[in-house]
Amino acid sequence: MKYALRRIMALVLTMIAVSFLTFAAFHLIGGDPAQAILGTSATPERLELLRHEMGLDRPFLVQYFHWLAGFVTGDLGTSYSYRQPVAELIMPKLGVTFVMVMLSFLIIVALSFPLGMQDAQHSEGKFSWVWTVIGQICMAVPSFFLSIIVSYVCGIVLRFFTPGDFPDMYRHFGSALHYLFFAAVCIAVPRIAMCARMLKSTIIGEMEKSYVRTAISRGNDRQAVLKYHVLKNSLVPTIAFLGQTMAEIVGGGIVVEQVFGIPGIGRFLVSSIATRDYPVVQALVVIMAFWVIMAGTIADLINMKIDPRLRLGGGE
Amino acid sequence: MMKKKIWNGYLIAGLVITSIVLIWIIVGQFYTPYDPTQMTGAKLQAPSAAHLFGTDKFGRDIFSRVMSGAGTTLLVAVATIGIGAVAGTLIGALTGYFGGYVDEVLMRLNDVLTAFPSILLGLVVISILGPGKYNVILALGIVFIPGYARLMRTAFASQREINYIISAQLMGASTARILAIHMLPNTFSTLLPALTIGFNNAVLAEASMSFLGIGVMPPDISLGYMLSESQGMLRTAPWYALSVGTVIAVLVFGVGMIGEGIQRIGKEDL
Amino acid sequence: MKKRLLAGILAFCLAGTSLVGCGGASKGGTDRSESNEIVIGISQDLDQSLDPHVTVAAGTKEVMFNVFEGLVKYDPDGNTIPAVASDYEISDDGLTYTFTLREGVKFHNGETVDLDDVIYSIERCKTDPNVNPQTSTGLQCIDSLEKKDDTTLVIKLSEPNTELMSLLTLAILPDDYDKQDTQPVGTGPYKYVSRTAQENVVLERFEDYWGTPGNIDKVTYKIEEKAESLVLGLESGALDLVSHLTTTQTNELDKSDFNIETGSMNLVQALYLNNARAPFDDELVRQALCYAIDRQYILDMAFDGYGYPIGSNVFPSFKKYFDDSLTDYYTVDIDKAKELLAEAGYPDGFSMTITVPSNYQPHCDTAEVIVDELKKINVTATVKKVEWDTWLDETYKNRDFDSTVIGLTADPLTARSLLERFKSDADNNFMNYNDAEYDELFAKAIKTYDDEEQVKVYKAMEKNLTEHAANVYIQDMADMIAIRKGLTGLTFYPLYVLDVSTLKWE
Repeated sequence: MKYALRRIMALVLTMIAVSFLTFAAFHLIGGDPAQAILGTSATPERLELLRHEMGLDRPFLVQYFHWLAGFVTGDLGTSYSYRQPVAELIMPKLGVTFVMVMLSFLIIVALSFPLGMQDAQHSEGKFSWVWTVIGQICMAVPSFFLSIIVSYVCGIVLRFFTPGDFPDMYRHFGSALHYLFFAAVCIAVPRIAMCARMLKSTIIGEMEKSYVRTAISRGNDRQAVLKYHVLKNSLVPTIAFLGQTMAEIVGGGIVVEQVFGIPGIGRFLVSSIATRDYPVVQALVVIMAFWVIMAGTIADLINMKIDPRLRLGGGE
Repeated sequence: MMKKKIWNGYLIAGLVITSIVLIWIIVGQFYTPYDPTQMTGAKLQAPSAAHLFGTDKFGRDIFSRVMSGAGTTLLVAVATIGIGAVAGTLIGALTGYFGGYVDEVLMRLNDVLTAFPSILLGLVVISILGPGKYNVILALGIVFIPGYARLMRTAFASQREINYIISAQLMGASTARILAIHMLPNTFSTLLPALTIGFNNAVLAEASMSFLGIGVMPPDISLGYMLSESQGMLRTAPWYALSVGTVIAVLVFGVGMIGEGIQRIGKEDL
Repeated sequence: MKKRLLAGILAFCLAGTSLVGCGGASKGGTDRSESNEIVIGISQDLDQSLDPHVTVAAGTKEVMFNVFEGLVKYDPDGNTIPAVASDYEISDDGLTYTFTLREGVKFHNGETVDLDDVIYSIERCKTDPNVNPQTSTGLQCIDSLEKKDDTTLVIKLSEPNTELMSLLTLAILPDDYDKQDTQPVGTGPYKYVSRTAQENVVLERFEDYWGTPGNIDKVTYKIEEKAESLVLGLESGALDLVSHLTTTQTNELDKSDFNIETGSMNLVQALYLNNARAPFDDELVRQALCYAIDRQYILDMAFDGYGYPIGSNVFPSFKKYFDDSLTDYYTVDIDKAKELLAEAGYPDGFSMTITVPSNYQPHCDTAEVIVDELKKINVTATVKKVEWDTWLDETYKNRDFDSTVIGLTADPLTARSLLERFKSDADNNFMNYNDAEYDELFAKAIKTYDDEEQVKVYKAMEKNLTEHAANVYIQDMADMIAIRKGLTGLTFYPLYVLDVSTLKWE
């Protein structure tokens, strides 16, 4: 438990670092928020007044802690463009993206493990290269290209769903999930291939280790050895990889959303960046980074559970 | 020591495919059947002998456009991993070799940076620099540095305690010499597969950014830009999206196969 | 083990398809004809503030046309007809306007319109610095607003203004309501319900409307900034109506599902040049561009030949002021263009950027064709596609650009609103046109009370713009509207609006 605690401490520290870095970056590039709100024709007095109201005349660190405190309590600031609380603007969209990414993640986990194991077991087969090549093809097709094809074929030709008609997720969760499924698959395909490949190579590496050979030569059932020893040990790097891959799934989601017309954060992020609506961008960047860090930490914790040896070196 | 078996099917297939695509792209920088930006009255024509990939909504020859546009994509990808790998190797070498305080700080910073999805960082950098070919290279290059730095740090750090390095130190070899002559070649087995993966990520990242409309801008054309454009002509000119998408896929596939092949060097044959 | 694995994968795939099965894709339009609603695709989010006196974007006004009304409003022929006022009289000297307030006109919040609301609205437009200058400058001629009795308003002018009726289409707002920018309230046939940033805007039929009520119960405007998504949405059934499409886009559509109506956008599409920035501060360079850019070629390449070429800043449907003789003032002449460039000191051409809002496919396409054309005179143009909000900020407000392709509309529908923006000190003169003669002409125009005489002066101003090649005028674009079969009642106006109150499902 102590190790888990240490890991969580590390998580909190990284999150603070991430938020500080983001805040500092936007503080540097963001220009003057008061100017952004009032426009170029504002009088210096009005600017000064607003700066004071917004606390912009306080030292940088004070501003940062003020913002952080707000962030922790759910106050993400006010959008320059829409003059509405950022939280109100982004939460519904963030929810949609979250569901889509998680669905995609589930698909990846559900498919890559069986496929990777399958592939590893038959790695000496005559046609194993076919699987390798299929895997490489899946990794080579850009997910947004796949999205274009899927939205056209499944949406327009086969009418499995109605592209551009995303249902209100908070009222019709089922049909929203149905819609998101297609996008999630498009995000998942290259990741499934990568993950299966990863699992396969660790399993093969593990199989070559002496303990496996010994176990099998002692007459243990090959399947049982694979299941109870090899798989368990091979899981660790794969789970770590899955944790790391979250960043790329989130990133891929931003693009795929646009093709499917899903009202997630993608479009909003791009347009907020374009309009320099930094409170929005800042909040989104930090939340997405937290999300990725969380995924990494959860992966680590699971791995510690699987392989107690990791706990010794844990907390690094 | 057993002689390593270098050639395998994946490597050969990958090299062949990649060479063909590369030659095609490089030729495209000097010669294309038509001027890729020349508009003609022959709009939205299906593939034919005259226009292998058909024409787009302005009557431009898609084959020529893809040939020339793939060059932009290639340039962005190569330059991006160039920046990422060189800067990453430098940082990795210094931190890995010296370790200590600087190492600790830089690696923690690295942890923090890898928490941001790369496309997100790319977007933010582009918002500061503005769109365009060279800014995309810079943005993606910066985004790629942390990954390479981490990888190379491990590769260098693992050699720190090896005997011949220690003896080189004792013989008074300069740090630069030790890093470049003695240690660097031993990191290639780590670096090469990472370069192929990086190349593919860069191609896909450029395509994504141009697709989002924040990457390459006309009259420059890139594969991602064309794919974005082709989405509006799926019914009237499906060959546009298909040919562009296929070229991206083949390019990435070829390099991916090389990567697969490199990793199998020295291992059992197929 | 292998079999179990395969079974697992199969089960997963089945789960996927059953998900496909149960969700069931509706064919959009048919459902909505039963529930009597429509979904309209638009290519940009509305202005950040929805306050009708403050908004600048034509795209916002196009939507809000259904929500707000003035004392008078436009009919489909572009004439002003009584709205919140039931009747009006103009004195012979043109200095006194007497309006009779229509009885029982209600705001969407249930309150009844009284004269105080009317006076408040006009006063606000005249004096509030945040109000769109196209309206406020014209209203300066108002000397006094008098409440004669509860329903009679007398407006006295300091000098006659032939365009006052157009200006009085300004929205009448309640005088005690301060949330116009987020939750606007007007008197139009549709009331504003909600908006979700970058996603949609919802209007509902206003049951207490004084006039002919709308037919459709609920109108949703869906924001799709990617042009492809608009087409995809129409095809999939997510959208019922999209205007301002290009022929490339309409060609994508299945004609058995859609009718394509062609009108005119009633705007001036041009390559607007930043007259304050080199090399465009040189008239010779601007003229060279006019000679080099073939408008017909743009129409052929990007619009399949649809559209009406123009030569100055007035569009053809504005017949009274349109001067067709200017259309062919510059005819394509590459040699002449090169000569002019050489004379201006750019014998080898130069590089320039064309900024376009990426959500407007027609402008993007036009810019690409222009890039192609400018190659002929060795001018290297680069297209810079930006988000709509960025365009508003950088190009329109901060005037930080070389050139831009955009369409300018007239709101209110007056020659003044089209031409005042080129006055050297006009707030919305984002192209920084600066010509003393033009300023003089404009001063003369607004002091001329004889209609015929005034038209002459305005035409002289148009000619001035053409001669000095203020910008490269291109066309009034053809407006391609895709409308789902079964949906009828589309009405064209000589304005950049879409009237949803006349639409209905059959």
